[in-house]
Amino acid sequence: MQSIVKMIATRLALGVLVLLAVSVIIFASVEALPGDIAVEILGQNATPEAVAAIRRDLGLDIPAIPRYLAWISGVVQGDFGNSLANQRPISELMGTRLSNTAFLAAFTAAISVPLALTLGILLALFRDTTGDRVTNASGLAAVSVPEFFLAYVLVYLFSSKLGWLPAISNINPDMTLLERMERTLLPAITLTLVVSAHMMRMTRTAIIDLLEAMYVEQAYLKGLSRRRVILVHALPNALTPIINVVMLNLAYLVVGVVVVEVVFVYPGLGQLMVDSVAARDVPVVQTCCLVFSATFVLLNLLADVLAQLTNPRLLHPR
Amino acid sequence: MADKKPILSIKNLSVSAGPENDPIPVLNGVDLDLYKGEVLGLIGESGAGKSTLGLAAMGYFRRGCRVTGGTVTCAGVDLLAMTDQQREAIHGTKIAYVAQSAAASFNPAYRLMDQVTETARIRAGTPAAKARSDALELFERMKLPEPHQFGLRYPHQVSGGQLQRALTAMAMLCQPDIVIFDEPTTALDVTTQVDVLGTMKDAVRDFGIAGIYVSHDLTVVAQMADRIKVLLRGRQVEEAPTRDMLASPQQEYTKSLWSVRKIQKPPSVGSKSPEMRIQVEGVHASYGKVPVLEDVSINVRAGETLAIVGESGSGKSTLARVLTGLLKPRAGRVLLNGTEAASGYRQRSKSDLRAVQMIYQMPDTALNDQQSVGTIIGRPLTFYHGLRGEQNRKRASELLEMIGMDPKVFLQRTPRQLSGGQKQRICIARALAAEPTVLICDEVTSALDQIVAEGILRLLEGLQKDLNFAQVFITHDLTTVRAIADTVAVMELGRIVEFGPRDVVLDDPQKPYTRKLLRSVPEMDPNWLDDIRREFAKDTETATSPEGRAAP
Repeated sequence: MQSIVKMIATRLALGVLVLLAVSVIIFASVEALPGDIAVEILGQNATPEAVAAIRRDLGLDIPAIPRYLAWISGVVQGDFGNSLANQRPISELMGTRLSNTAFLAAFTAAISVPLALTLGILLALFRDTTGDRVTNASGLAAVSVPEFFLAYVLVYLFSSKLGWLPAISNINPDMTLLERMERTLLPAITLTLVVSAHMMRMTRTAIIDLLEAMYVEQAYLKGLSRRRVILVHALPNALTPIINVVMLNLAYLVVGVVVVEVVFVYPGLGQLMVDSVAARDVPVVQTCCLVFSATFVLLNLLADVLAQLTNPRLLHPR
Repeated sequence: MADKKPILSIKNLSVSAGPENDPIPVLNGVDLDLYKGEVLGLIGESGAGKSTLGLAAMGYFRRGCRVTGGTVTCAGVDLLAMTDQQREAIHGTKIAYVAQSAAASFNPAYRLMDQVTETARIRAGTPAAKARSDALELFERMKLPEPHQFGLRYPHQVSGGQLQRALTAMAMLCQPDIVIFDEPTTALDVTTQVDVLGTMKDAVRDFGIAGIYVSHDLTVVAQMADRIKVLLRGRQVEEAPTRDMLASPQQEYTKSLWSVRKIQKPPSVGSKSPEMRIQVEGVHASYGKVPVLEDVSINVRAGETLAIVGESGSGKSTLARVLTGLLKPRAGRVLLNGTEAASGYRQRSKSDLRAVQMIYQMPDTALNDQQSVGTIIGRPLTFYHGLRGEQNRKRASELLEMIGMDPKVFLQRTPRQLSGGQKQRICIARALAAEPTVLICDEVTSALDQIVAEGILRLLEGLQKDLNFAQVFITHDLTTVRAIADTVAVMELGRIVEFGPRDVVLDDPQKPYTRKLLRSVPEMDPNWLDDIRREFAKDTETATSPEGRAAP
C-alpha cells in the first residue's frame, strides 16, 4: 500500500512536469498561429495604428518569453487570466463548459463502459460463433463511419422521423438532471457507438489471450463451468489491458468530442476552444489545451494505479 | 487383475488436429485400461500424443483437437458422449489432473487456499470451513512448511516444489478415483523432484487412487508406475509391467530410448593442451542488491569441456552472462585467451566478442522467424569477418555442412520450417560462424527429446574435436554431464562448491551438497525412490553437520 502512495506521489510530480512542458508547446504553437485578435476585431482594413493600440491594450506587444512567464505564473497560482474577446475571467468562462463536457463524458461512459465490457466478455464466451462475428463487424462499422455522419443519421431517425428526442442539446445549469439527460441522450449514443467497439474488442482479445493460459485449462479440469472460468479465472487477470483501453477512451470522451459537440450545438469545452481559435482568443485556447492535457495525465495515472491494485505480484510482494 | 473390470477404459481412440480436410493424426487407435489402485506410466517423446491421451482420459481435448473415433469409458459411461455439464460434474471430483508446471497452473490472482478448495466448495458442496480443514490436513501430510500460513499465500510467493505439492493436494482434496499426472516434476530440480515424487507416491498409495503418469523421463516413470505403455507418433509401441519393461524392452524404438542414457565421453587423458581459454578469478556479481555470484573462480582449456551443474537459482546462467560481458561483475576478472577482457560487452574489443559465443536453451526464441537460415548464419560472417555476397554464401554453406544439414535444402528455409533439433543445429552454426575460441551452451538440450538431444551432444563433441574450442556447458542434467564433460563445477547458492576433473567430482564427491545432488538423479531401478527417501530421512535424523541443508 505504501508503495502505491509513493507511486502516486511521484507520478503526480512527474505529471506536473509533463504539464509544464506541454504548456511551453501550447504557448509556442498558439504563438505560431497567423494573425491575432486585434486583426480579428478590426478587420482587414484597419489602420496599423489602431491595431497597435489594441495590441498595447491587451498586452500583446510584450515579447513572447515574458508573456509566457506571466501566463504560467498566473496559472500556477490558479489565475488563468481573462478572455481577450470579452474580458471575462477564463475560470468563470470555463467552469460551466467544463462541467458540461464532464457531464456528457460521464453520461456516455455510464452507457458505453458496462455495455462494451459485457459484450466483450460475451464475445469471448461465444467466440467464433455467428453472433461473435456479427457483433465484431458492426462494432468495426460503427468506428469506421465518421462520427458527424453517425450523429446526423441519429438526428434524422430519432428527431426528424420519430420525434422522440431533441436534435439540439443546448443545456443550461437550471435544468433538472432528467431534462439534461434527455437533451444529451443523442450525443451520448453517438459517442457510445464511437468508443464502445474499441473497448469491446480489447476486452474480448484480452480474455481470449488468457484462455490459452495453463491455469484456465486447470480451472476447466477442476470441473468449473465455462462461466465461472471466464468470469472468475480469466477476467481478473485481463483487467490491466482492459483498464488501459477504458481510460484511453474516457480521455477521448473529454478531449475528442469537438465534432459531436458542434453537430448538437452542445455548450462544451470543445466548442469553446474551436470558437476561441477562430477569434484568436489566445489565453482561452491555451487554457483549454492545458485542461485537455491534464485530463490525459490524470486518467493515465488512474489507469496505472488501478493496474497496480489489480496485480497481486505488486500488491503482495514475496 | 485380469478378472477385475477396469475403472477407466479407452478403446480404439483416434484424435486429429489441424484443418478438417488435411488432418494431422495425434492419436491413432490407442487402447488403454486402468484398474483400481494402479499407476500406468505413459512414455514417449514430444509429439507422441501422451499428453493428449492423458487429457482424453478426462474426456478433455485441447482446442484444435477433435476425436475421430473410439470411446473413453469411466464407471460404465462414455465420457465422449456426455454433455459439457455432465463432464464438469466428474472433473475434479472423480477424475483430477496434476499439470506439468504448477507455477503456470495456479491462477496468479488468488490465494492458494481459495484455489485448492474451489472444486470442493463449488462442485462437491463441501462447506468452506470443512474444505479448508481438509486442505490443511493434506498440506501437513505433504510436508508443506507452515501449513496454516501456506494457504494464505499467493502462487508467486512460494517455490516451485511447494506449488507442485499444492497442486497435488488440490487434485486429492475431493478424493477422486483417478488422477492424471502430466509430467508433474519435469520443471523441478532433481533434489526437489525426489520430495515431490515421494509425496505423490504416498498420496496415490494412501488414498488408493488409480493414476496415469505421463512423462518423457523413463527413470521417473519407473519409480511411479506399475505398468508402462510406450507411445510413438500417436500409436502404442508396447506395454508391459514396469519391471519387465525395464529388464527386456521388446521393440527397437523402446530399446533406443533406453540406450540414450548410456553415452559417456571417455575420460580425458591429462590436459592435452596447456592453452587457457577462459580464466575466471574471484568473480562477485549481483542483480541490484541481490548477490548471485560469490567468489567464483574457474578455468577452461582449449579443447576441453567444463560442465557447470547446480539447481535453478544457483547462478549458473549468471556466470554465463558474466563470461559474455552481459553482466558486469562487482569484483574479480575474466581472462579470455590469457588476457583480461573488459567487464562489459560494450567495452570489449571485437576479437574478444568474437571469442565467446553462446547457444541458448530455447532454439525457438533464439532465432528470428522472419529471416532465412542463410541470413541468420551470414550475419556474424559479415559482422566479424567482413564476408559479403558469394563469399558469405559459400561460408554459410560450409557451416551448414559442418552441422550435418544440406545447404541446398536448408539455406533458404526459415526457422518456422525446421524442427526443434534442426533449429538448435542452426544456433550452433551461427555461433561457429564467428570462429569462437569459447562456446557457452546454456541448457542447450533440455528443451529437446532425448534422441534429438543425443544427436546434438554428439555433434558438439565432433565439432570440438575438429575445431578445438573450449566449451562451457551449463546443465542440470547429470546424465548429460557424463556424456560430454572433462571437468565439472558444482554450484550452490552462487558459489562453486566443487571443481575438478569429471570422474573425480562425480565418482568421489567431497561435499555433502554434491553427494545429495548426485544421489537425487533418478535411476532405472524401480526401488530407487524408496531407497533414496529412506537414505535422506536417515541423513536428516543424524544430520549434525552444519553443511546439511534442509530440503527446499
